[in-house]
Amino acid sequence: MAGVAAPLPFEPCPGLRRRQFVNRLMKTLATGSALMAIAVLGVVVYSVAQRGGSAISLAFLTKDPQLFTAGGGIAPFIVGTVELVLIATAIALPLGVLIAIYLSEFARSRTARPIVLVLDLMNGLPSIVVGLFVFSLLVAHKHQSGLAGSCGLAIVMLPLVARTTQELLRIVPETLREGALALGVSRWRTVIGIVLPAAIGGIVTGTVLAVARVAGETAPLLFATSVYGNGVVLNPDHAVPSIPVQIFNYSQLPDPSYHTVAWGMALVLMAMILLTSLTARALHARSRRNLIR
Amino acid sequence: MNTIAHAVPVGLGRRLGDRFGDGVLIALTLLASLVAAVVLVAVAVKVIDDASPAISRYGLGFIGHTSWTPGEGVRNVFGAGAFLFGTAVTSATALLIATPIGVAIGLYLSELAPRGVRGVIGSLVELLAAIPSVVLGLWGILVLGPFLQKHLESWLHSAFGFIPLFGAPAAAGVGLFNAALILTIMVVPIIASISRELFDRVPTELEEGALALGATHWEMVRGVILHSARPGIAAAAILGLGRALGEAIAVAQVVGGGSLAGPALIHASLFGPGDTLASRIANQFPGATSSLQIASLFYLAVILLVIGLLANLAAQTIVRRFEFAPVRGA
Repeated sequence: MAGVAAPLPFEPCPGLRRRQFVNRLMKTLATGSALMAIAVLGVVVYSVAQRGGSAISLAFLTKDPQLFTAGGGIAPFIVGTVELVLIATAIALPLGVLIAIYLSEFARSRTARPIVLVLDLMNGLPSIVVGLFVFSLLVAHKHQSGLAGSCGLAIVMLPLVARTTQELLRIVPETLREGALALGVSRWRTVIGIVLPAAIGGIVTGTVLAVARVAGETAPLLFATSVYGNGVVLNPDHAVPSIPVQIFNYSQLPDPSYHTVAWGMALVLMAMILLTSLTARALHARSRRNLIR
Repeated sequence: MNTIAHAVPVGLGRRLGDRFGDGVLIALTLLASLVAAVVLVAVAVKVIDDASPAISRYGLGFIGHTSWTPGEGVRNVFGAGAFLFGTAVTSATALLIATPIGVAIGLYLSELAPRGVRGVIGSLVELLAAIPSVVLGLWGILVLGPFLQKHLESWLHSAFGFIPLFGAPAAAGVGLFNAALILTIMVVPIIASISRELFDRVPTELEEGALALGATHWEMVRGVILHSARPGIAAAAILGLGRALGEAIAVAQVVGGGSLAGPALIHASLFGPGDTLASRIANQFPGATSSLQIASLFYLAVILLVIGLLANLAAQTIVRRFEFAPVRGA
């Protein structure tokens, strides 16, 4: 038959070039978007490092600020930020872990669902609303205090800690619990003695990540602990100075010498956050290895 | 023998102790869960309570009213209209830019990125979300603002100035557009990480099937991945919207209308000054002069809370419904 000898129709169907062009275009756009995000990160980090780097010195990190000028150091703000975040962690960590234990060990799906919803809604609370709430509950008719600010940070932290801990308790192998229960160990001993220790690395990681997240929060502190003196404040019953609030205040002043201090503080804050999240990542890798082994 | 005789009485005491311990632990964990619920309800109740003078004075008309003139006597009139406008403009612009970029990054990370760099690029995008908003705001005023004013905005204004959208750039480049860009930077990592997870969950057989039928990579992405992840992308965008609506600090730094009265904030120009619900609270609450102004600021917070919670609920509902789909497909 003549048809056998005829060349097979291996010409590209019409429109293939266009289709391949669109394909390449879309791949380029997707790659470009990722590169753009990284470029933005690079530009922001570069700006902060370049402008803040010139402000950093040992005196800048260890001295008190000078009154009415942009000179001096930022020690009270560093100490205050650490203090506020530590108190917030002390509130949010036990609560969050307890909620996670309830969700993963005791709750049935009918009781778990509303609690998960509460955590999700809490996570979606605008932080400025948290700031107003803390102000009207703990500051109005009283006075500003670091404790009030920490409570605000704790409200932001709680859902983060609870959800990450819950996720981690979920990957603790069920065989561990069954083994303990089969040996006649009670539920609470199983949870405290077996499940929590197995997940402890992950809980630490989740907490450290939450710390990194709230260390830069400004809105919950803005009305609760923003009128402070010039030195280090250790008593959380007084208003405690903090880096985010001070950057916010300085960024609204027209005098550029304050901006330099703000850049320096931004650099310190970002270094603190980067360090905490890198620590979290390292811990995370280790605890996952331990769990899987 | 000895051990059995020994075990019986101890076992009895232990069982009682165990039951007590179980009860205590369940009670404690349940209590902690209730504390979370109580805090959430208390936030809503307290904010509404403090807003009540403004609510009873203005009613729902507050939402559409555009003047905001703090001061004594007749000038003391408040309404949320101007800030709803600013919030809508900044959030919508941010979302319009961030959604395609975020989805594209998600696609790149789940489909295109070589295995070696995937983790690195993913972490870098997540790091973008770790920049504190106050630092982003500082960068927005001092770096992005002057750049926008000198280059992008003035160029757009001279080229397309006949369109009211591209009005004259404000001094120092602070304004609605700057705020929208800062919000975009905050929202992109959220949308990117959620959509990446969604795309990873699409069953490989479906993708391979489409490719085997001769679809190009992009046609497979459009027909299979984007199609099946559409509700999830919507949820991601809504979650991003919630973030953009509620951001107070960075927006207060760059939006440029913190001290203006209401009507001056409503205009067609994207480059003019504005103010949002959240940033007005951050800007004016510390210096509020009258109790009515304070109550009105709380009223703004109530509106913000309602919109934010609704957005969150909508996203949760979509996500929950979507979670069944891959199970059915697998």
